[in-house]
Amino acid sequence: MKRVKTIARATLKDAACKTGCGECQTSCQSACKTSCTVANQKCENIKRR
Amino acid sequence: MIHKYIFRDIPIVVDVNSGAVHIVDQVIYDVLDHYEDGDCSRQSVKEALADRYDASDIDGAIDEIEELKAAGMLFTSDDVPVDTIEDKEPVIKAMCLHVAHDCNMNCAYCFGDKGAFEGIRCLLSLETGKKALDFLMQNSGQRRNLEIDFFGGEPLMNFDVVKELVKYGRENEGKYGKNIRFTITTNGILLDDEKIEYINETMDNVILSIDGRPEVNDRMRKTVNGKGTYDIIANNYRNFVSKREGLYYVRGTFTRHNLDFAEDVKHLVDLGFSNVSVEPVVTSLEHEYALRDEDKDIILKEYDRLSDMYITNAMEGKPFDFFHFNVDLNQGPCVIKRVSGCGAGTEYVAVSPEGDIYPCHQFVGNTDYRLGNLYDETFENKHYDMFNRAHIYNKEACQECWAKFYCSGGCHANALNMNGDIMKPYELGCELEKKRVECAIGIQAVLAE
Repeated sequence: MKRVKTIARATLKDAACKTGCGECQTSCQSACKTSCTVANQKCENIKRR
Repeated sequence: MIHKYIFRDIPIVVDVNSGAVHIVDQVIYDVLDHYEDGDCSRQSVKEALADRYDASDIDGAIDEIEELKAAGMLFTSDDVPVDTIEDKEPVIKAMCLHVAHDCNMNCAYCFGDKGAFEGIRCLLSLETGKKALDFLMQNSGQRRNLEIDFFGGEPLMNFDVVKELVKYGRENEGKYGKNIRFTITTNGILLDDEKIEYINETMDNVILSIDGRPEVNDRMRKTVNGKGTYDIIANNYRNFVSKREGLYYVRGTFTRHNLDFAEDVKHLVDLGFSNVSVEPVVTSLEHEYALRDEDKDIILKEYDRLSDMYITNAMEGKPFDFFHFNVDLNQGPCVIKRVSGCGAGTEYVAVSPEGDIYPCHQFVGNTDYRLGNLYDETFENKHYDMFNRAHIYNKEACQECWAKFYCSGGCHANALNMNGDIMKPYELGCELEKKRVECAIGIQAVLAE
């Protein structure tokens, strides 16, 4: 493509992304405590790696 | 649904439902204005943009848009299995453990009633602390990774209990097949060499509270005698960070008094701290330092200024980490995590020194939301269904929001405190969050160019 540079693929469509293993960190336990941002957490599902 | 915006002259398009992010040229950016429900009429687009672009350019742009659509990276549908979001095992995997409902500081904006959380000043006993750890391990189902954050008040005021609890956790995690990650959140006053050495050996993450420039910090973060704390804590934190090999964040709060908070981030970075989080205060408008709707535009511009600083430092080989600009676009959290949010009241709880269990640290002391007590013979989370249902598909304000898969519906406590309902997100908080996400994505676009 000449007019588009994709910097993130369609990760939310991955089948493994629908499972929710729950091993990742809780967002407020990191450096937050008064607001909620989830997308900056790391995935810890080794099957997605 | 798509979201498009210009970040430092770079046209960016986010395909909300797939998570794909594209840098596009100006023709595509403008052509997309003429798409409705993912479709357009070539002829009408050409007529509408005839004074700006050749027909061949518009054809080329539409061809590439259609290619992205065919590849499932633009105008994708929402196929999150909504019916399964609430259908999960009720396990608890993270705990904010209030080891001290007392504090050696007197911060003006404290949401914890200067440490007392609307109760009496007291410290967590070792016995209750051990019960809290047992509770977590016994209620965590198949989850292997568990989290305990030592919180307060000020947890260093009860450090002997912290050390005993870490020891107890390490002795027992194997029995339950768990891996406990300990973290601590401190105001830094009591952070001496002995504690630093212990914390560095045992804590996975450390949160060090400081607001930034001396005058900004000392206006809000005072000793119990009303004196500024900057000199004490800045020195303690520099000492700590010089010895720290693991993760840490210096974390501040900005208020109406320092809407130029990028200067505070800069100050913290200049002090040598490479991991920084500075967050907007959330408090009732009766306080003069509370953020108001009319402050919004200033704050949004300040995030742009902070982004510029972030990019400049990264390009000059002096990068720093700003917590809210972190976003892993290709390997971030799964969809289930993104729609469910922080987990407060379901998989995340806070425990007070009395053993009372609450949905999170910001609910502690609000007895309407007390979930139970460690000394009850059985625990049944009476608010589980309410918090389990508090995901983006049940929040009206989130339905048409492009950022819903990044913020996950916002902070329940903020929604309750500002709007009286955990299902009604705090609007100004939403606007600031959307801006932070735009900056986070935009930064990656700039660094990818």
